[in-house]
Amino acid sequence: MLKLIVCIKQVPMVSELPWDSRTGTLKREMADGMINPACKHALEAALQLRHRYGAHITALTMGPPMAQECLHEAIAMGADRGILMTDRRMAGADTLITSFTLARAIEKACPDFDLVLCGCHTSDSETAQVGPQLAEELDVAGVTYAEHMEVHGRTLRMERESDDFLETLEMDLPGLVTVTTRKYTPRYAPLTGLYDAFDAPDILTLDADALGLDPKVIGMKASPTRILNVRSATAEKENIVLKGAVKRMINTLFHEFGDKISGAMGKDLKTHDHDDEEE
Amino acid sequence: MNKAKSSIWVFGDYRNYFQNRVTLQLLARAREMAPRIGAEVCAVIFGHDLDEYVGEYIAHGAEKVYALDHPDMAEYRVGPYVTLMTAAVRKYEPEIILVGATDFGREFAPRVAKRLRTGLTADCIGLEINDDGLMVQTAPSFGGNLLADIVTPEARPQMATVRPGTFQELPHDYEASGEVIRLPLPDDLPRPRVRLISAERLPQREQRLEDAKIVICGGRGMGSKTKFKKLFELARLTDGEVGATRPVVHSRWSDPDTLIGQAGRHVSPQILFSFGISGAIQHTAAINDADFIIAVNKNPNAAMMKLADLAIVADANQFCSALIRALKARIRD
Repeated sequence: MLKLIVCIKQVPMVSELPWDSRTGTLKREMADGMINPACKHALEAALQLRHRYGAHITALTMGPPMAQECLHEAIAMGADRGILMTDRRMAGADTLITSFTLARAIEKACPDFDLVLCGCHTSDSETAQVGPQLAEELDVAGVTYAEHMEVHGRTLRMERESDDFLETLEMDLPGLVTVTTRKYTPRYAPLTGLYDAFDAPDILTLDADALGLDPKVIGMKASPTRILNVRSATAEKENIVLKGAVKRMINTLFHEFGDKISGAMGKDLKTHDHDDEEE
Repeated sequence: MNKAKSSIWVFGDYRNYFQNRVTLQLLARAREMAPRIGAEVCAVIFGHDLDEYVGEYIAHGAEKVYALDHPDMAEYRVGPYVTLMTAAVRKYEPEIILVGATDFGREFAPRVAKRLRTGLTADCIGLEINDDGLMVQTAPSFGGNLLADIVTPEARPQMATVRPGTFQELPHDYEASGEVIRLPLPDDLPRPRVRLISAERLPQREQRLEDAKIVICGGRGMGSKTKFKKLFELARLTDGEVGATRPVVHSRWSDPDTLIGQAGRHVSPQILFSFGISGAIQHTAAINDADFIIAVNKNPNAAMMKLADLAIVADANQFCSALIRALKARIRD
């Protein structure tokens, strides 16, 4: 039976995130967490592989204690068990150190894995780096944006689109793939499954001590990159707000931005219409 | 022995040269940064029959090109390329490595950074040298809602992948000359772990949405399939293209091909009209290259309205109809 590991990340639900209108920034700490959407595609791919070939699926996440929620959800979707790596000392890791730490947990809790599946990117930091770096760290074959996966003996065959090429690739297991979001639409977790997942969770919690990791090699301090500052992209925009009667707003639109619109359209526009004065 | 002059390396990603000139754009930016740290600008290229690209890189700003030209390297393969790059970096010790954020670059650069145990900032949309001589790498996160300025203070090299289109390439300089250093193919290159069974170039994709100067994108707030169709009329008037959000595609108001989002198309128009879209992250991640966003939504607090340059508080469908009428009256034949 295949042993599959799906790496998932809990990310803030940004679209429902409150904005601080004074500073123009996201109130990140007020966000509810959810499974990063692309990670759900990786889990779906694992579930489909299990359906065809039989497999045991471990969902693995690193994060604060509340990240356990996304393991419950993964189990409700069909994962067999969850592993939560949580330790304040692991916080703030960049991709180099995150992939290092994930690899140590995999070696500890699932050393005889066949395939690690990761989402192709996260919706928060969007680096798409942890998957490829985890393949390096585990010293196994790795492929990004995999789709149409088939297992033949100890070989995984897959397709992917890469820079305008359609490629068919093969690698020997064990290996790692990041999964495209184009082919594996995640199933919904049934409500009863969610109850069950919370009732009898098969979740293993690991901290740095359990992994035998020196605090000096994990977390923010060990990470080579430093974030100097984070700013709102939207704060750099004027974010002009128009309210009121539609006709008046349309006139303002053409007065203020008619040239811009006309330039993009490649057509001449009357930006000052005599109707403008009617209102 | 004197320490060699520090250098900025640009990875020569030539496979889609005619579609994607990100390597040339990075060479231009490297030329601007290089004097700040007294560095020379180098391109690095692996492949076969490379003379044309070597010449192009020199004409676009490379003072030196490290080239490994061998039939065995004719196909892009991440494993061997990572091994070759890592070895070259260890030998020549560049200060900075820039890689285009192509699909290949996004797979290749993280693995190189991992082997070198250094930092890598993904998908940068800005690069500067600060007063400490460090490269400040600006990367978007949260679907472009936030920008992070990131440095790698100690580990070397400093590495970044950069979105195509972020910088302007230099004009082709026919007089430019540069040094070409031929890299040998090592005998002990490990066998690639991933076997390429076949690769075919995809038929030229319908690129109209990606290329459009005006994109008119509609969400559920348009109200109904019939009302959504008005966006196509607006598109005809403005010579634009229509895009849609996931709920719209799911409701079959629009074709799946029009999906703009993380799982669909990414657009970078001069003007993006956004009608009745709340601004879920999966959508906004794909529009943050738009120059100017005009969002129309009844809810002034929708995430999309915060992202917009111009936020118009109105019913999307009603405003669209009024805009169509106004445009018809204003377009000069």
